[in-house]
Amino acid sequence: MQKFFAKNGPIISTYFLISIGFWIIFLIIIPQLYMLDLSFRPNLPPLLRGGEEDVYTLTHYKHFLFGSETSKDAYNYVDLKVFFTTLATAVVITVLSLCFCYPIAFYIAKIAEHKTARLLIVSLIVPFWINELLRAFALRILFAGEGVINNALINAGLMDNAINFIGQDVALFTGLTYAYLLLMMFPLYNSLESLDTNQLEAAKDLGSSTLRTHWRIVIPHAKAGIASGSTMVFMLTAGALATPVVLSSPNTFWFTQLIYQWFNMNDNWSRGAAYSVLLLLVSVIFVLLMMKLFRVKVGEIVK
Amino acid sequence: MSADVELQNISINFGDFYAAKDVSVLIKKGEFFSFLGPSGCGKTTILRTISGFLEPSQGQVLIGGANMAGIGPNKRPTSLIFQNLALFPLMSVADNISFSLEVRGHSKADRRARAEELLGLVALEGQGDKKVHELSGGQRQRVAIARALAIEPEVLLLDEPLSALDLKLRQKMRSELRAIQKRVGITFIYITHDQGEALTMSDRVAVMNEGRIEQVDTCQAVYEKPKTPFVASFVGENNPFSGEVTACNDSHVEVLCDGNKFVAEINGNDCQDAQKLVVGQKIILFVRPESISIKKNKSKTQNSFSAQLNSIEFEGHLQNLFLTTQSGVKVRLSLPNAEDIDHLTAGQATDLTFSAQKAVVLPEGNLAVD
Repeated sequence: MQKFFAKNGPIISTYFLISIGFWIIFLIIIPQLYMLDLSFRPNLPPLLRGGEEDVYTLTHYKHFLFGSETSKDAYNYVDLKVFFTTLATAVVITVLSLCFCYPIAFYIAKIAEHKTARLLIVSLIVPFWINELLRAFALRILFAGEGVINNALINAGLMDNAINFIGQDVALFTGLTYAYLLLMMFPLYNSLESLDTNQLEAAKDLGSSTLRTHWRIVIPHAKAGIASGSTMVFMLTAGALATPVVLSSPNTFWFTQLIYQWFNMNDNWSRGAAYSVLLLLVSVIFVLLMMKLFRVKVGEIVK
Repeated sequence: MSADVELQNISINFGDFYAAKDVSVLIKKGEFFSFLGPSGCGKTTILRTISGFLEPSQGQVLIGGANMAGIGPNKRPTSLIFQNLALFPLMSVADNISFSLEVRGHSKADRRARAEELLGLVALEGQGDKKVHELSGGQRQRVAIARALAIEPEVLLLDEPLSALDLKLRQKMRSELRAIQKRVGITFIYITHDQGEALTMSDRVAVMNEGRIEQVDTCQAVYEKPKTPFVASFVGENNPFSGEVTACNDSHVEVLCDGNKFVAEINGNDCQDAQKLVVGQKIILFVRPESISIKKNKSKTQNSFSAQLNSIEFEGHLQNLFLTTQSGVKVRLSLPNAEDIDHLTAGQATDLTFSAQKAVVLPEGNLAVD
């Protein structure tokens, strides 16, 4: 600490300590600890809080698993299904995002001329100046029963009846993939950009096909970027709220919508907190498992 | 198997800019051939054209007599060693070497055996399981050579692969490259801006400037009998004296440079006679620094002139003397270190001389820029 002060001077050092300290303590640790604490408390009216009944309990976690605070006879299929569907969909979205971004990022990083590359990056960024909710509604207008796409296809005589894009969750998948596209694109672009172009030529010169060059040279090189982008997209998709609210079909329910309901509509903050903690915990465990499977170290992600 | 490489009237232009212009040369089977030239002279372009990464705008590349037009780098019987080697850092040494076999679907055992064989060839036995970054610069160099040789190419192309090494290692690798070439017996085409490399390793050298080949010859001929002022000034050190021809016969040419009358020998089968020197022609006379000597006595001899000594530079085995003639021409003189020059001091007027045999007279032209 003394060294840090000596090296950076008192003003800069104090600024760093205060800003980083504020960020970590007030924006991360305290709210999360509060949520964790809340998730183990019963849902009590304000007058009874801190009273005799306010003791630590697993009741909300039990509810998530069994749908009841007392009985363990049946599982809470409704909530469990929503939970796992959300995670599974988030995995699919992450893969879709990766498949979509990889060729584009590779093109921008390694093939496009400098000028074209810059233009492409700008045109990727600019749409994200529009608010997330607005983008979701814009997609809703595109995909609605009488939306732009259906009308265009029907008017062109390609089909007679409208496709139910929203009911089939096409809109949801598109919207979610699009929502966090840049978070996949930029880590990928960064790692691909650092690949020595000579390696691509060397592989080609040695007789490698394009596909094999990608499989053996490019993808291993971009592994950290892929891991970093996938982690972010997965986490954010699993925790997305606005896009699923606007674009999901009536039968699809996103786990965050459930959390939102407990907090806001049912006024059960502690149960909402328990569900949030579960989502966070399971997502983190899932990501760590995936990283283990693909042999990525946490340190590599931030490269 | 080895093949000869023939470039027929190759031109490569990017809009108005010609990276190579009308390059024609026949590189013989099993030859160690170098393209030597300053950066930007088009030598890398030529190499990329031979390897197939560039299609020539005009002309054609023949390898072993077969026209290579439209054949990609992965289908040509050539292997390229990149300037930065471009080894695959995430693969082991053995996987790097056998990558070309992996691509062709050889079995794992096959690949391993071939990798071991090649590791033996480049004196890296037992290092196959190491990662590339665990090797030293010279070892990486050898891995790159082994990788390029794995599919038994007919022609090996080398793009200044030694430029990243330090001096000692570079000198060692020169002889090693040469030895490997002798062992595998295939055609080596080497690109370099370093004349030391080109001269020590090559059978023949093509000196390039601004997209054109100035001269194709053996190393000795390029050094001793340059055909153009560019070659004379680019290869090795040289002292140019501008002047004009005053007399000319079959064996000698007499020139006048800044009031000094010099005589140079023209050999019958010399490259110089092709240049057709005529009286009155503007020429440049070249004398190598090691061919000039300090006159010991005042006797009148051929090709003598005087200059003022500016400075002496010690260079280990040599000592370099920098002088200026009365008309302001800078002269450089290299003497073996054994020679005693203690009596010389800066500012002193010194009488110099050189033999007519050692002087080269060429029609005026562009010199290499330092």
